[in-house]
Amino acid sequence: MSRLNLILALLLVACALAVIQAQHRSRTYFVELERLKKQARVLDEQWGQLQLEQSTWANLARVDTLARTRLGLVAPPQDRVHVETLTAAP
Amino acid sequence: MNYHSRKLLKLNLAPWRMAMVGSLLLGGLAVVAVRAFYLQGLNTDYLQGKGDAVANRNLTLPAHRGQVSDRHGQLLAISTPVESLWARPAELKLTTAQYAHLAEVLGMSAPDLTKKLTRKTRGEFSVRRPVTPEQAVRIAAMGVPGLHLRREFRRYYPAGEVAAHVVGFTNVDDLGQEGVERAYQDWLVGREGERQILRDRRGNTIRDLAPIKTAQMGGNLTLALDLKIQYLAHRELAVAIATHKAKGGSVVVLDAKTGEILALANQPIFNPNNRRNYQPGPMRNRAVIDTFEPGSTIKPFVAAAVLERGLLHPDSVIDTPETWRVGSKLVRDVHPHPQMTVSEIIQKSSNVGAVKLAMSLTPQQYWEVLHRSGFGQLPGSGFPGESAGRLRDASTWKPVEHATMAYGYGLSVSLLQLSRAYMAFANDGEVMPLSFLKREPQEIAGVRVFSPSVAREVRAMMETVTQEGGTGLRTRVPGYRVAGKTGTAHKLVNGRYAADRYLSSFVGMAPASNPRLIIGVVIDEPSGGVYYGGSVAGPVFAQVMAASLRQLALPPDAPETATRMTQNTPPVVARVGGGA
Repeated sequence: MSRLNLILALLLVACALAVIQAQHRSRTYFVELERLKKQARVLDEQWGQLQLEQSTWANLARVDTLARTRLGLVAPPQDRVHVETLTAAP
Repeated sequence: MNYHSRKLLKLNLAPWRMAMVGSLLLGGLAVVAVRAFYLQGLNTDYLQGKGDAVANRNLTLPAHRGQVSDRHGQLLAISTPVESLWARPAELKLTTAQYAHLAEVLGMSAPDLTKKLTRKTRGEFSVRRPVTPEQAVRIAAMGVPGLHLRREFRRYYPAGEVAAHVVGFTNVDDLGQEGVERAYQDWLVGREGERQILRDRRGNTIRDLAPIKTAQMGGNLTLALDLKIQYLAHRELAVAIATHKAKGGSVVVLDAKTGEILALANQPIFNPNNRRNYQPGPMRNRAVIDTFEPGSTIKPFVAAAVLERGLLHPDSVIDTPETWRVGSKLVRDVHPHPQMTVSEIIQKSSNVGAVKLAMSLTPQQYWEVLHRSGFGQLPGSGFPGESAGRLRDASTWKPVEHATMAYGYGLSVSLLQLSRAYMAFANDGEVMPLSFLKREPQEIAGVRVFSPSVAREVRAMMETVTQEGGTGLRTRVPGYRVAGKTGTAHKLVNGRYAADRYLSSFVGMAPASNPRLIIGVVIDEPSGGVYYGGSVAGPVFAQVMAASLRQLALPPDAPETATRMTQNTPPVVARVGGGA
């Protein structure tokens, strides 16, 4: 009888330690999760700012002016455009 | 074991000393007990609150407004977090040196800053919104009590003024004020979430105390707009306004097959990124909100109404004297011809001819065609404040009005509405519902306005407008067949038609063999000496159409002679169509 009690007591201690361990792990993971979520938010904001920057550089008015002045490009006149109609591939 | 019997342990204590020690200990215990009761029993709510305040946190989860992009994913509006500087005057403590430093960081003079910060306000107010990221770092480094940075979202419009009238803008509180931003406010707006958390000493989140209310990010919108076509329309319109010294103008580009609005540009413009100078005038989306008397651009509907009744054929000849009297009104032609076919009436834009055609119908019959084409009704684009124009009931028409209605006076339309109505001619009689949003072709069901044969006949007539002898020679697009109608209308000023103020317009479509695009152009009060629709609005149409057709890579449908190649210049090869 007393031996059974002893085993149960040991089991109880082991369980208690396991609970502590689990609780600790859960907190560590939770902190990690929070950190990653925050990182995701920061990256998301960065992505938005990069998109904004990209579209500012790619602003059509800017591209238009640069193409005409810096690169000296012109739209091809119609008589210099040859249209080819592609036939369907077999 | 009897301690009393041991000599060594025997104490000779006076009983009062025992009593004294005992009562002191008991007294101390009582004090502790009372204190414990006071804290735990009477004062518990207050203390629990204090404790929670240290460990528990209520966080609001930020949610940003959705993005708006064009049909190819180019950004038109995006919300991005920025810092803004707030001050709480009650806690504000700044040394003179700090004032100077802060003024330098913010780029304003020290006296201005002092005036701003010493304002007598309770609570807090914003000093600068937003500050740049660099300023934010420097201000945070100063660590002044009473000054703090706050994160908020700010809306940016990368396309700026080019798409401003369609996209609209939001106010400081992120509420849509105009355009798509207003029309789709409920969809775009983000809803903040909330969570309660437990924190440890170092500020780490330990666990959630209540179920998280997740933040709902605003939905993204893909517009039907094609930013490249939009830019071209904006640019060409701006050029035309400048050359003809006009007061304003609009361009609408529609996809004839789907009813999507590919571009919509207005002049004058405004910059949605700069909220300083609000002026209602330039912000108005004229193409959707303003109405005008359409003038000759209404004539194709007269022709369609007549053809539909089977009264005449496109080649039926009609006597067209130089002047024609209806009641007290004398209708006059600028370029008279004694006889014209129905087709030539459209080609040369004969008022007398159009009146004679319209008078061969009853007012009710003519009204019915206009009504069916969408005049006097909301175009249904969903744009805030879109106007329905004006089309009075046929029973109230006087004969003079019946006549003037044939060349576009006595009713009013918006440019969007007019362009939408032309969809019937472009699309073999069917009008597709307008849309500012991109949509899939299978979602659309059109409304039949004319029979396919009538629509094609009228389209063929409108093609002669751009050919030799027509009023729209300057609307030609090399390589493509173009159909359309010019319009030049006197403006109504103080209830009278002004002799020298005009609205020049052109609505047309291409490629005429199977129209894909409809472009409507209206120029308000050109004052550079030229005012005919074909000469003022026509070139804008031609430029935008040519560039848009190239943009969409539509194969040319004009006969070979028009697309001849010259020998000495190497051709630029463009591959179009076909495929597997």
